Amino acid sequence: MTAQQKPLDEGEYNFAYLDEQTKRMIRRAILKGIAVPGYQVPFASREMPMPYGWGTGGVQVTASILGADDCLKVIDQGSDDTTNAVAIRGFFEKTAGVETTFETSKASIIQTRHRIPEKDLREDQIIVFQVPIPEPLRFLEPRETETRKMHALEEYGLMHVKLYEDIAKNGHIATTYAYPVLVNNRYVMDPSPTPKFDNPKIDKMAALQLYGAGREKRIYAIPPYTEVKSLDFEDYPFEVQKFDKPCGLCGAENVYLDEVILDDKGGRMFVCSDSDYCEERREAGHLGPMAADPNAMTLAGGTSDQHSEEPAR
Amino acid sequence: MYVAVKGGEKAIRNAHQLLTKRRRGDTGVPALTLDQIAEQLAISVARVMGEGSLYDEQLAALAIKQARGDLIEAAFLIRAYRTTLPRFGYSQPIDTGKMLVERRISATYKDLPGGQLLGPTFDYSHRLLDFALAAEADGEIEAPVRRTPIDEPMPRVTDLLDDEGLMEADPVSAEDAPVGDLTREPLSFPADRDLRLQNLARGDEGFLLSLAYSSQRGYGRTHPFTGEIRYGAVEVEFFAEELGFAVSLGTIKVTECQMVNQFQGTAKSSPKFTRGYGLVFGQVERKAMAMSMVDRALRWEELGEEQVAPVQDTEFVMSHSDNIQATGFVEHLKLPHYVDFQAELELVRRMRGEWFAAREAEEKASRNQKEAAE
Repeated sequence: MTAQQKPLDEGEYNFAYLDEQTKRMIRRAILKGIAVPGYQVPFASREMPMPYGWGTGGVQVTASILGADDCLKVIDQGSDDTTNAVAIRGFFEKTAGVETTFETSKASIIQTRHRIPEKDLREDQIIVFQVPIPEPLRFLEPRETETRKMHALEEYGLMHVKLYEDIAKNGHIATTYAYPVLVNNRYVMDPSPTPKFDNPKIDKMAALQLYGAGREKRIYAIPPYTEVKSLDFEDYPFEVQKFDKPCGLCGAENVYLDEVILDDKGGRMFVCSDSDYCEERREAGHLGPMAADPNAMTLAGGTSDQHSEEPAR
Repeated sequence: MYVAVKGGEKAIRNAHQLLTKRRRGDTGVPALTLDQIAEQLAISVARVMGEGSLYDEQLAALAIKQARGDLIEAAFLIRAYRTTLPRFGYSQPIDTGKMLVERRISATYKDLPGGQLLGPTFDYSHRLLDFALAAEADGEIEAPVRRTPIDEPMPRVTDLLDDEGLMEADPVSAEDAPVGDLTREPLSFPADRDLRLQNLARGDEGFLLSLAYSSQRGYGRTHPFTGEIRYGAVEVEFFAEELGFAVSLGTIKVTECQMVNQFQGTAKSSPKFTRGYGLVFGQVERKAMAMSMVDRALRWEELGEEQVAPVQDTEFVMSHSDNIQATGFVEHLKLPHYVDFQAELELVRRMRGEWFAAREAEEKASRNQKEAAE
């Protein structure tokens, strides 16, 4: 190839970018992952046209399961209009031409980074997680050769010692996100860096959960209705974060909130991290205590150029 | 502020448009052509081809132009392009003994069959800025005096020895032995030398340079001598099943480095000279040398040496040598992390509360104790 011959156009790539052989290879890894819940299946991760660490694992999983009739939702930090979610959604609009949505209930596939939507997912939905470090034992033991052995032997003492030391030192377990879970009573798994607030949602979830780590070349899965237990001790049971206030915009309680700094005088408000959930509640007439605040109005008004519209196909 | 974090499609589009403009710079200055980059920045092009692991000078030049001269970004563009290419098969091993040599030096022998050939090199030049270049005009450059081509073959230095068994022989593997390919199979450890060499050949020049340097400074010393460095063109052949013979696909330019290392022998292996191997696209000599030193260091297990230094740690070296992976993961920290940060905020607030409460209680207790003592 010379530079005079133009390299492939976007239009000349296969549906959803990856070639069919690669998709088949990834689907085999996914099937294996479903058969052995929580086990990290090595796969020949490809270089993608976005950087490693920016969702290449999730993108490869989504590309491999995506069909022409699917409706895709992409969120990052719970929101559809964070920059990387916009970029990934744009990638699939361009390479697969599938319908995309902001609405959780409308999507058949949801790719996410760092959050699980507040609304319960259904059996006919699949949630795809972007995973930076799939190995829950990595920060206790940096060697892959060792951690694979530990999983094979179900040798999780190190993790329990770590949690115990947390309690001995701080009086509680000092892990707030990527909180380790035990899947189907066998494999300790990293639920990706979602806040531990979301851990209860992955237990017996109706939807299929797929986890893709591109740089580390691992895929794992949790089939629907699988038991997933957050690690804890009888006398120190697992707890999720609690917020004292409801969402400033929609008044929702028992949801995960982002803290937004309003000025340089300590003014702040808490708003739903799940932007679609918040918007739906506001449309249904729910108002939070800060909804009338002029600072909050700019937030509620949306920040994307197509915030309230359905994105174009 | 919030708006700045939650960028919309419009912001991304505008940012990329601005990048396009900045990339081009002042339009009063002529745009770079790919030929200019390929011809005049040949070593950048070679590095991008090597770390991008695709041999195509024009595409590498395009990547460098598009990446504004950021060579890691350019290698990334090449990798992302390469991954979409269909794979027809594997070429025959190249024969560097038949190289059309442009440069060949040995630091271990004063003279050897085929001779020493300095070739184009920065070595022995005085690193003084050549201000004349700033105003270089197009035109002829005086032709250098070159050695009259000789018919004498130029065997690899490691093929020259040895009837004494002083030099470790080339490892022989079965004709049909499979060769690993870490772009097709996920890497697992322990990794054999084929995979290690593939990993190093794609690895970051700076990372390998520092590792090799660390081995010279005592972190896993391997006593290297440059047995030979050769740079030139080799033919790439592909065995066509339908024809029943190999056909030439063209030539590529490579640098090969054979590092010779003193070895005192262990229970496993007699004293002799052992070798490390480096092979890279283009004239990227620094990386070829570093690669051969790291390769040798990683062979500690097979030679029965002790593992004492980072450069010998296969998993450490191979897991961190790829700059496309490294830059992606380091730079992903630019992505929003406010959900996790929120979780940490809550935790740190709580821990601070507990810390101050504990300190207060302690102070109170010590005050009470003092009062009681008085």
